[in-house]
Amino acid sequence: MIIPAISAVLIALGLLFFIGGAVGILRFPDFYTRMHAAGKGDTMSMFAICLGLAVYQLQDPTPAHILVAMKILLIALFIMMTSPTSTHALIKAGFIEGLKMWRRKDRKEKS
Amino acid sequence: MYPIAIFLLLFGIWIIFSGQFDPFHLAMGLVSALFVTLISSSFLFLDRDRSAGQRLGEMIRIPGYLAWILYKIFQANLHILKLALTPGDLKGVEPSMVKVKTNLKTDFGRYVLANSITLTPGTITVLMEGDELLVHSISEETDAGLRDGTMEQRIAEVFERGKE
Amino acid sequence: MENFFLFTGVALFALMLPILYRIMAGPTAIDRIVAVNIIGTKTTVLLVIIGVIYGRVEMFVDFALTYALLNFIGSLAAAYFLGRVNPIKHMASATPGEKSR
Repeated sequence: MIIPAISAVLIALGLLFFIGGAVGILRFPDFYTRMHAAGKGDTMSMFAICLGLAVYQLQDPTPAHILVAMKILLIALFIMMTSPTSTHALIKAGFIEGLKMWRRKDRKEKS
Repeated sequence: MYPIAIFLLLFGIWIIFSGQFDPFHLAMGLVSALFVTLISSSFLFLDRDRSAGQRLGEMIRIPGYLAWILYKIFQANLHILKLALTPGDLKGVEPSMVKVKTNLKTDFGRYVLANSITLTPGTITVLMEGDELLVHSISEETDAGLRDGTMEQRIAEVFERGKE
Repeated sequence: MENFFLFTGVALFALMLPILYRIMAGPTAIDRIVAVNIIGTKTTVLLVIIGVIYGRVEMFVDFALTYALLNFIGSLAAAYFLGRVNPIKHMASATPGEKSR
């Protein structure tokens, strides 16, 4: 009873963060701020959903199920390592190509 | 010693991902792990002059760092969610570029630092050259936490202890 | 719980649609690649969820892993390709204080 509840909470959390990432990627004004939404929202929500699914596998802990849960966790760990790397590679490509940064109009410059 | 460790690592990953324990599959895993170790064992763990004890200490300290970084990612997502769902004129968004100097020596430590900056609230690594990082920060309040260098200290404690 | 997973899958699919808009309308090529990368991550999760719904997780997990690998390598290749475009323009448009080289 408690294991499905934990997994449901984790999956709902992941969906919420996916919504944050999707809305951010639609609304933010320039490339760099969109990368913020993309890189962070993706990583955490993926990790939360994968963790929820792995916990759900442990409902009847036979060796096969534990193995599957470990596989799902390995996928989550892999994406958690690679997602910031690809975000960084893409944002570097954009920077080298010379994309301009969006600035607020009435913002005063830092001295 | 390092090739043996890499071989054991690869074989363990094979066992987890194949999930079958009959002799045929185990033999296949043995052969392929041996082959990969032979042709590419020099790609992993480039820093070969560290002792086994240091590596073991690293391995023990990594989960604590992972837990801390997960908490940070959680905060970052709440921040992004708040920014994205604020109605109106995107009030909190005030982007700027910040230059940061790092004291970390090893390549792996710097890699972890760059990825951690990308994952913590409001900042993202753009360029990295030598010991200088160019960081894009999305709002004023979050890039204050970058300069005091607590993250750098944590990374140095985990990955570069006993190394000057 | 079955219905909850089904709902999660449908919601994930529905969340891909706004990102599809970014693929079509994105002002630059890199915006589009970022959007494709995000859809790839969502697809990885969706594959695992499909596996749970069908009761064949151990098979679909392998697909998901392969997809994650391809996604990572694809976005790295695209970034490498786009980062090499026209270094002269990059030198000319550099403004002091913002660019580091």
